[in-house]
Amino acid sequence: MELFLQQIFNGIMLGSTYAIVAVGLTLVFGILHIPNFAHGHLYMFGAYIAFFLMTIAGLGFWTSLLASVAVMGAVGVILERLAYRPLRERPHIDSFISAIGALMILETSVIVIWGPQGRRIPNPYPGIIEVLGVTMSYQRLIVIVAAVSMILLLNLFIKRTTLGATIEAVAQNREGAMLVGIDVNKVSAITFAISAGTAAAAACLVAPIFIISPTMGALLGMKAFVIVILGGLGSIPGAIVGGYILGLLEAMGGGYLSAAYKDVYAFGALIVILSLKPTGLFGKEVA
Amino acid sequence: MLLQARGLSKNFSGLVAVNSVDLDVAEGELLAIVGPNGAGKSVLFALISGIMKATGGSVYFRGEEITGLKPHLIARKGIGRTFQTTALFNQLRVVDNLAIGYRMRTSSGLFSTLLRTGKWREDTRRTMTRVAEVLEIIGLKEKAFHFASTLTQAEQRKLAIGIALMGYPKLLLLDEPTGGLTEEDTREISGLIARLHKDLKITICLIEHKMRMVMELAQRIVVLNFGSIIAEGAPEKIARDPKVIEAYLGVEHIADSQ
Amino acid sequence: MNIRLKGRWWYLAIFLVAIALPHIVTSRYVGQIIIMGYLFSIATLSLNLILGYAGQASLAHAGFFGIGAYGVGLLTKGGVSFWIALPLSASLAAAIGFLVGLPTLRTRGSYFAISTLCLGVIISIVAGNWVQLTGGYTGVVGIPTPTPIRVPWTVEIRFDSLLAQYYLVLAFLILTMFAMHRIVHSLTGISFMAVRNNEMLAEAAGIDTFRVKLTAFVIADFFAGLAGGLYASIMGSISPSTASMELTFNWLVYLLIGGAATLGGPIIGAFVIPIIMESLQFLAQYRMLIFGVLLIVVIIYFPRGAMGAILQLGEKWRREWRKRQEEGPRVAASQRP
Repeated sequence: MELFLQQIFNGIMLGSTYAIVAVGLTLVFGILHIPNFAHGHLYMFGAYIAFFLMTIAGLGFWTSLLASVAVMGAVGVILERLAYRPLRERPHIDSFISAIGALMILETSVIVIWGPQGRRIPNPYPGIIEVLGVTMSYQRLIVIVAAVSMILLLNLFIKRTTLGATIEAVAQNREGAMLVGIDVNKVSAITFAISAGTAAAAACLVAPIFIISPTMGALLGMKAFVIVILGGLGSIPGAIVGGYILGLLEAMGGGYLSAAYKDVYAFGALIVILSLKPTGLFGKEVA
Repeated sequence: MLLQARGLSKNFSGLVAVNSVDLDVAEGELLAIVGPNGAGKSVLFALISGIMKATGGSVYFRGEEITGLKPHLIARKGIGRTFQTTALFNQLRVVDNLAIGYRMRTSSGLFSTLLRTGKWREDTRRTMTRVAEVLEIIGLKEKAFHFASTLTQAEQRKLAIGIALMGYPKLLLLDEPTGGLTEEDTREISGLIARLHKDLKITICLIEHKMRMVMELAQRIVVLNFGSIIAEGAPEKIARDPKVIEAYLGVEHIADSQ
Repeated sequence: MNIRLKGRWWYLAIFLVAIALPHIVTSRYVGQIIIMGYLFSIATLSLNLILGYAGQASLAHAGFFGIGAYGVGLLTKGGVSFWIALPLSASLAAAIGFLVGLPTLRTRGSYFAISTLCLGVIISIVAGNWVQLTGGYTGVVGIPTPTPIRVPWTVEIRFDSLLAQYYLVLAFLILTMFAMHRIVHSLTGISFMAVRNNEMLAEAAGIDTFRVKLTAFVIADFFAGLAGGLYASIMGSISPSTASMELTFNWLVYLLIGGAATLGGPIIGAFVIPIIMESLQFLAQYRMLIFGVLLIVVIIYFPRGAMGAILQLGEKWRREWRKRQEEGPRVAASQRP
């Protein structure tokens, strides 16, 4: 029972970060209709920026987090402008290839600057508390609280502000949005900034718990894709629900089955789901 | 009846594009479907040819139900179609564009392709024979080895019709075959359509905006508005139908055509 | 006819160079690089079939290469003849491709690319973690060289020298090129390109696009497995890096820079780029960084790569030539008083 509750707690923590990363990915997917294969790498890069600021520049945890979000937001805008915008009218496969190029650049840059080995970010809140036999570290609690507030804020932004509504409009109907005079380029750039920035925030939040490494981006990026497909491409609630489902699934699989294969469950789930329902669990019909 | 649609409907998340349409196309007929933009004409074609899944109703072709079949299976049954925005294989040559349309009538698979068996050679020969025939029909012999992207507007329309012709269709669905063409080109394409109908005895279903052409070509006209059929009958009758005039045609169009 | 003949001459010239090459180049190191170039040419040619010709981004290509490599490695170590293990392993790669393609190629758009990317990761994770079978991260070592072929009453062809291995790999490269050539220059190949170019029209014109994509994917995976099997037997050891995403990305770069959807492009890419990288050793650290930049630049500005540019130039010259020939007599005629 205690193991069960412990894994639930861990699953919720994992799921919170997955949900943020997946929402960012699904926003970009909805806007550009191309999968940004470099999304996980933006997350990884964000963690390294925070690592640099905290250990070399000696900044505090929250300052580093905010700075990393700002830097990655800018990186997102540059990525959209240089790698994706020129290919907008071309077949999708060209954008896929461009995305692969982008992820190679991000991953190799980190290896060249910081080396291939894993790094550790000092834990700013090392204390733990025990509730019902479940050990909860402060940092893990902070991840959950911060992630949930970020998801709520992001939702408010999209539902309540003009800019958010514009983003949603473009995501749902690109041609229509252009007809009513929305600047699609501007919306794409802003969406990329939000997407990369939130990924960086999620990465910084969990960085003190896990070791950061240049390869963590690829794996997380792919999990985000699994979640986004699970939740239906372009659907924000789908991405949130999917993120928590995957987090819990992994924590349970890792706790009760085999830890070595915990990353395989997600992909296994993807293949099974696609064979049963090719458009995802909550997906709409693709015309 | 060659083609029968019964209660055919299509909703796009609440928006009704095609609303319970009953359509009959008799063998040997040349039918025109007209109506204002957004009346659901192209969606109707998409439902018949299987490109879109109907939300309700059914389609029968030569007495057999084809509702919900994949587009390539419907094509194999003998329904050829063209698209409103000229759809071609731009990166391929004219001959290869046409050859694609005949692939459904040949069956040599991977192994006969790798081994170049007698069957493969026979299939290739048959394809080339048919390509030559269709090149003759659509009058593109001179451009046979040009890339589709280098053709003129009118030539592209002919090629699109040619691809649909390759597999010996019983019924051709032509979606605005002359849209955006000059008057001269329009006459040429409309001559081609008339020949397909008269000489090759192909039943044709045509979406068209150019009323003069419709009046000349069509034996029967179906008028669609807001996804429903509001009138149908002989061209002269449609031209005089007050409901149609109100909905779409406008007086000057009729005057134009007479 | 004339053009065909010219094409054949080219083939013959390259073939003779390839036959003579080991007698010109005697360095063992260079010999190994060339063998790797041939192996990666087979892999890139097969990637070209699904990605270049059929237009589907298969991103698990090294995974299928790895399946072939582990298949041959484990089977031949277990005493199975190389000549049985190789087709068996390549067929296994094709069979897994079939099973993965069945759900993921049904839809248009991104599902296939995403799923294959995930599959690539699954395969390398399994290769690293299924220790009892794959030996984990240390991999499989001591894989025997290809089983000798006994030609009755004459000699036995052995494959333990570099020279014999060179000709073995060359033979398989020629076999692959032959198969690709036949596929591409046939109705099957044209339907691959039709699906890439306009899937909806292909479907409406009677092409079973799902089946076409699945066929292209399965053939590509078979040849990727074949290349992997050869690799295992010739290198003698394999590890999870044999199935890594990095390898897929390398081939992607070879393919795009060489020229997707051309037959010569993948081979040019798989040869020229490793040689350039080898001679720029000081850039080794930045290799994937440079590749990443190249990939984006090439896809935006030269989507058909080097071979595409060559073909385009050739087409332009031919047109100029024809125009000049047609204009020649006309100009002469108009100048007559």
